[in-house]
Formats: sequence, structure tokens, C-alpha cells
Amino acid sequence: MAYNTFVLICGGTACESSKSDEMYKLLQKEIFDNNLKNDVQVVKTGCFGFCEQGPIIKILPDNTFYVKVTPDDIKEIVQEHLVKGRTVERLEYKPSEDKGRVKIEDIEFYQKQFRIVLRNCGVIDPENINEYIARDGYLALEKVIFQMTPDDIINELKISGLRGRGGAGFPTWMKWNLTKKENADQKYVVCNADEGDPGAYMDRSTLEGDPHSVLEAMAICGKAIGASRGFIYIRAEYPLAITRLEIAIKQAKELGLLGDNILGSDFSFDIEIRLGAGAFVCGEETALLRSIEGSRGMPTPRPPFPSVKGLWEKPTCINNVETWANVPVIINKGGAWFSKIGTENSKGTKVFALTGKINNSGLIEVPMGTTLREIIYDIGGGIINNKKFKAAQSGGPSGGVIPEQYLDTPIDYNNLTAIGSMMGSGGLIVMDEDDCIVDVVKFYLQFTVDESCGKCAPCRIGGKQLLSILDDISAGNATEQSIKNLKAISIAMNNASLCGLGQTASNPVMSTLKYFEDEYLEHINGKKCSAGKCKSLMTFTIVADKCIGCTACARKCPANAIIGTVKQVHVIDQSKCIKCGACVTACKFDAVIKG
Amino acid sequence: MSKLTLDDLRKLREEKTQEFSRRNNEQDKSSIIIGMGTCGIAAGAKETLNAFIEALDTNGLTNVKVKQTGCMGSCNVEPTVEVVIPGMPTVVYGNVDGTVAKKIVLKHIIGKELLDDHIQDKPAMDIIEN
Amino acid sequence: MSEQINFSQELNDYIAEWKDKPGNLIMILHKVQEEFGYVPRKAALKLTEMIDVTLAKIYGVITFYHYFKLEEPGKYQIQVCMGTACYLKGGQDIIDELETNFGIPVNGTSEDRKFSLEALRCVGCCGLAPVMIIDKQVYGKLTKEEIPGILKKYQ
Repeated sequence: MAYNTFVLICGGTACESSKSDEMYKLLQKEIFDNNLKNDVQVVKTGCFGFCEQGPIIKILPDNTFYVKVTPDDIKEIVQEHLVKGRTVERLEYKPSEDKGRVKIEDIEFYQKQFRIVLRNCGVIDPENINEYIARDGYLALEKVIFQMTPDDIINELKISGLRGRGGAGFPTWMKWNLTKKENADQKYVVCNADEGDPGAYMDRSTLEGDPHSVLEAMAICGKAIGASRGFIYIRAEYPLAITRLEIAIKQAKELGLLGDNILGSDFSFDIEIRLGAGAFVCGEETALLRSIEGSRGMPTPRPPFPSVKGLWEKPTCINNVETWANVPVIINKGGAWFSKIGTENSKGTKVFALTGKINNSGLIEVPMGTTLREIIYDIGGGIINNKKFKAAQSGGPSGGVIPEQYLDTPIDYNNLTAIGSMMGSGGLIVMDEDDCIVDVVKFYLQFTVDESCGKCAPCRIGGKQLLSILDDISAGNATEQSIKNLKAISIAMNNASLCGLGQTASNPVMSTLKYFEDEYLEHINGKKCSAGKCKSLMTFTIVADKCIGCTACARKCPANAIIGTVKQVHVIDQSKCIKCGACVTACKFDAVIKG
Repeated sequence: MSKLTLDDLRKLREEKTQEFSRRNNEQDKSSIIIGMGTCGIAAGAKETLNAFIEALDTNGLTNVKVKQTGCMGSCNVEPTVEVVIPGMPTVVYGNVDGTVAKKIVLKHIIGKELLDDHIQDKPAMDIIEN
Repeated sequence: MSEQINFSQELNDYIAEWKDKPGNLIMILHKVQEEFGYVPRKAALKLTEMIDVTLAKIYGVITFYHYFKLEEPGKYQIQVCMGTACYLKGGQDIIDELETNFGIPVNGTSEDRKFSLEALRCVGCCGLAPVMIIDKQVYGKLTKEEIPGILKKYQ
């Protein structure tokens, strides 16, 4: 006996609330009644995502996908689909009115088109070059060496419309072309794998899952711009990615896909790894180059741009991991193919690390122009515990927030900039009603202040001042003048800082003031933090019923503000309390509450 | 291995592509593919890997290959494992610890049944269009 | 600086290999820290002779980068991720718990020199947030209640 059909029903929390458990039992009953119990297995799965279409039932191996199923539909699904083998058309997923019905085989066709950067991640063994080769690996390199001129390569990139995925979104072909035009005895190709944004790990996953795609792309660039050496600058905090890169480089050299006279041609290209050492500013290209040179990673003014004077003063072409990973696909399938994906100004796909208060956190690759709503609710499965969406943060410490009113804005470079955030490297952090905007902005400012290299005054001093004003606001010591000061300093930093880090450090402040000024004012005028994150604006009290008089809190209180002896209910003296929260941490009985 | 010429590379690619597509489509080879990115390993993918090897060994299943791959992207349910068995739909299981790994071997591979509560399927990833 | 510090053969070989490559300092410092757990002053002094850089340059680099340590860490190194996802999901509570109830100061070492605590930039396991790492063992989806039990394993 073996089952020949499997009915998958979502057992995720969101679907369970919409009766999927009841339907699971109904399915089993109907299958039993129809004498199918030896042929059909009903299986509960993890969350499918796509919860707005839930509950969802998927039937394998037919790959039929039913949405918005109710308990009343179960009988029909079993009778029609399982007994008679006919699809219940009215329940099948329809992507949009004009496109009609889509079978999942067709849908998978789309999916494969859109997994460009992550095309091999989770598919091939990253430590086996043969598996990469099996998936068209090094086909693009072969093509550029034997069939294309440097101008052909750059032209293909130009047609594709690929823009840098690391931050500002500079057209990739232009970078390559500028470096190509320089005359020099030595040029360099550099991969920026110093992924320092907190909450972003797209590049790490790409390098861990598909290291050869980056090596191949760098060699292609070497051929295009006339460089024979490449460096990958990677965070020391990514040991697995480093190991996989080392293995990949070794294997590629053994096969002669890197090194002298690649594939018997006159083109030679070699790649070395250089480790970062935990400095966020080294994600900035001029700082990164100084770090490869073995010095402190301090940015230098541009111009001269790295394409003119880069590594050891030689013309250098720098791109980040995700940008590189796109290149072999563009060469293989053509720039015109690539340019069909995405929006007018932003071509291709974007990989996001979806994290925070989201059910299905993870790594996703979507076409440019996908909306935040699709990402959060369809792919991400919505907010944890069905809380209310407050904002999503994109672009890390250099970015801003996307509030609820822009959930349906297609995400691309220009739209994000227009609403005051930025694409950045692709961290997408979802915040719910329990998150305090002032607290989150403080978190980012703390980060940029720590990471400022200190070379230029606007960033070094401005950041510190912003942080101290934010501290005042969250402590209830600010006035409305504080907001004016925040704005003035932010603008000054943006205009006068030397590098990208300082210029964008105030973005979290500016963007949140734009959409959440009320929340700042609530802290300033109301001395209140609705989300309950700013400790100084809270009162700490001990619940008499829960306190057993263990004295743990009193012993930890640095201000001796807790009165009480052993086995007696303790009380907090509000006039002495400094609101450090140590008592909450110390109490093992949840007797200390803040509010 | 010696260095490749252009012809060598083309031959190698053809050979490997055939091997690879055979693995994916005809499923004549059974395999367990474990996501071994940093997330996966942090969540215990190495123990999962060992549990699979042990359980396959105990049950004398010498024809099932255990392989590693990079991150499958479902960070909230790591470790993730793709199970490819002839005659069964290919599925990705999430939250696969040692105990679940054993269950997969007994139930999915030997018993030809799917496991409850661990299948991860993300139709929206396929559906969102340009 | 009377007595010299000893480098392992492996470290000496590594330095010899990198000696003449441009931009070698950071790579060599990584290797030194791998061997000692930090960069001892004597090791830095020895490097000035081995690769012909000034002590000022070495210290300039060490103090610029967070990754390099100047002091010997405790027996076990605890790292708590403070990336955005971990922060939103309670990373600070984990640090507070370690500081308040176990006397392990952030970016410092406990008095018995058993544990060092470091607040880390994103380790990239955001799906497991909040995350704590002790000597490469990762503890994900952590609550402060689990900490006493975990620390007991490292006695």
C-alpha cells in the first residue's frame, strides 16, 4: 500500500484561526467515507505564507492550489478532485482577473525567471564546482573570453539596466566603463562583501550558497575592463562564507577557470580574499580600499573615484556581492531579457532579508516593483500574533521607514528615495505596534556614532549630538525645540559629511520625523511612550499578589528605592526610582511591572 | 585535476548537466539535501545531518544520498531539508532536528508518507509576478 | 619588554608567506588574534621587527577595528547579537540579564575571568533572533529564563 495523492493543508497559526483544523478533520472524514484512506494522505504543513488567501489547500502530485477554502468546500474537493479527478475551478488560485487561471507549473516558470541572484542557493552543493558548472556555470565566462569584446560586455550590461545593489544604485555598466577607459599597467576588480548592515545577510547567504557566481562575475569584469587581479573583501564575522569562497577559488584554479591563460586563452585573472575586521565604514568604497591596503578604514574624498585612483592608486572597479551575482545571468540570457524584469528605472530583482516582527522571516528574491504588502503579507505570512503593522525599515542605518500608507507602493530605487528611505543592501525589518520609533532611531544612531571613523566633523560631532537629543526625548527631558535641532543637524550632516556613512546617518531621524512626528511629540509633551520601550517614561510597580518577598529586586536596585524585608511584599519608592529596570530583570515571579 | 580547455569545459558541463537534471526530474536517485548556511548550522543542521546518516545506516538505506546546499531562505524554520524520493512529491521540511530526521527516514522514506507539521511550501514566492 | 613572546610555527610560516605582500597587516593581525585570543602588546612589538611596520601603525589599526582585542578575554566568550532584528526581539534584555544577574559586564569580563561579554553586530541569523553565542555554539530564539541553564554548562 502506498499513497498516491497528498493533500497539504496549512497548519500555520494564521490559517488555524480560520478553521484549518476543522477542515483537516473534515478532510480525513470525507476521505475515510469515500474509501480513499489508503490512497490519500492529509498532511498539515507549516505556514504557506500568502495568508490573505488562506486557508490554503495544495494537492500533490497534481500541484493544484486551492485558496480561501471553507469547511463547506471540503466535500466538493474530495468528491470532485480526489474521487473524480476533476479540478474545482472556482477555488483555484487566480492571480488577477485578466490573466485567468494559472497552474502551478506555469507559476513555477515565473519563479525560475525571478530567482536570478539566488538561482543556485539551496539547489547546488556550494563546495562542488561541478554542480555549478551543471547549472550553466562558467558559461558566461566562456562566452566573454571567446565571443565578446570588452565593449560588447559593457554594452550588454548597459542594455540590462543593472544598478548597484549595495546602496546608491549607480548604473553598473558606467562603473565598468569608467574603469575600462583608464590607461594603467595594473587595474583591479573588487568585491565588496563587507555586509555590515544590522539585519542584512543576503550577501552572506549568496556567498555561502553559490560562491562561484561571484568569482565568475569578477573574472568577466576583469576581461571587460582589462584587469588581471581581483580581491574579495569580506567580513571576518562570516567564517563559513570565507571557507566556501576559499574552496571555490581553489577548485576554479585547479580547473583553470581562474589563474593564467583561462581555458587556454590569453586572458589571465586571479582572485584573493582579504578579511575585514568589524568596521561598518569599510562598506564605503574608499574606506574599503584603504582597509585592503592594510590601513585604518578611513574614507577619502571623491573625486578621484576608485575607477581612476583606487586600490594602490590604480583604477579599480568595485561592486557588491548581489550585483556581481546578477552578471553571469545577464551575459547568458542577454541584457534585453534582464531589462524586461522590474520597473522603468530599476531592472531585475532584489533580494531582501525579511526580519523583525514577521511570521516567515527569511531570504526572498522578488522582482523590482513588488509592493511591501505582497512581501509582508503574501510571502512573509503577516505580522507575528496578528499585531498591527507600524512600519518597515529598509536600508539599515542609512535608510528610513516605510509607513503603512505606502504598503502598496512598488518598491524600486526611485520610489524608496521619494518616500525618504533607500534600497540599501536589502535588510527589511518589520516593526509592529509594540515598537517605539524613538527607540529604534536611537538604536540606529548609536550604531552610526559607534561606527563613525571620526575623520570629518559633521559626522563625528553631528551624530553624537543627534543621539544626545534622542536620549533627552526618550528620557522626557526635551522640548519642541529639540525637534527643530534634530532637523537642523540632520540637514547639516547630510550636506557636509565626507562619505556615505555620515551623509546618510541622519536618514532614520529625518524619515521618522516625516511620518511619526506625533510619536516624538507624545514623548516630549505627553512624557509618554505608548509602545512601552522608553524606560524613563514608565513607572515601575510591584504587584502585591505576585511578590513573595524574596528581596532579589531590592538587592539589585542601585538607588535603594525598593522597600521591604524578607517574605514581605516590596514597594518601589517612586521618588527614588531611577527607572533602570534592574528590578524587572531581577524578579523571577513577574511581580514587577512597567507601564 | 588538470586545467580545462574550452572543449573540456563544454564536455564537463554537458555531462554534469545531465547528471544534475537526472537527479531533479527522474528522481532515480534518492537524496536528502540539507540547507547548510550559517542560519541552518546555527539552528543545528550538523546534528540533523548526523541523525540522517545514522538513521539511514541503521535502516540499511544505502541508496539514499545525503548532500549539503546553501541557505534555502526559510530562516524561521531552520534547519531545512529537501527530500527527494522516487514516487513521492519532493518536499522541503522545516524545523528538522535529530528526532524529526529519524521520523523522515522512517515515515517518508520507508513508509512513503508525508510528515505532519513540518512541510514548508511558499506558493507566494512562485506567484508574485512582474 | 625583557622576554620575547613565542609564536607557533604555523604563525611564523603565515607571517613569512605574507611578509612581502602589500596590505598584509590586517591579515597577519587576524592570525595573531586567532592564536592568542587577543593581540598582546609583546606580539605587536615582535611584529614591528618581523614585517617592518611601526608600533603606531599597528595600534592605529587594532584600535580602529572592533574585531581586534587588546585585552585577554575570559575563559568563555559570550556574544549577544545586537543587530536590528535581535534588538527588536529583546537582545537588550539578554544583555541586561547577563549584566545584572551574572555580573558579566558588556564589553568586559566577569571578576572570576570565566566569561567575557560582547555586544555583537548582526551575526545574520535573524530568523533565530534573539541570538547568543558562546564559543561558537549558537543559542537562538532565546529567553532570559534560559540563560542560567545555559551558563551552567560552562562551569
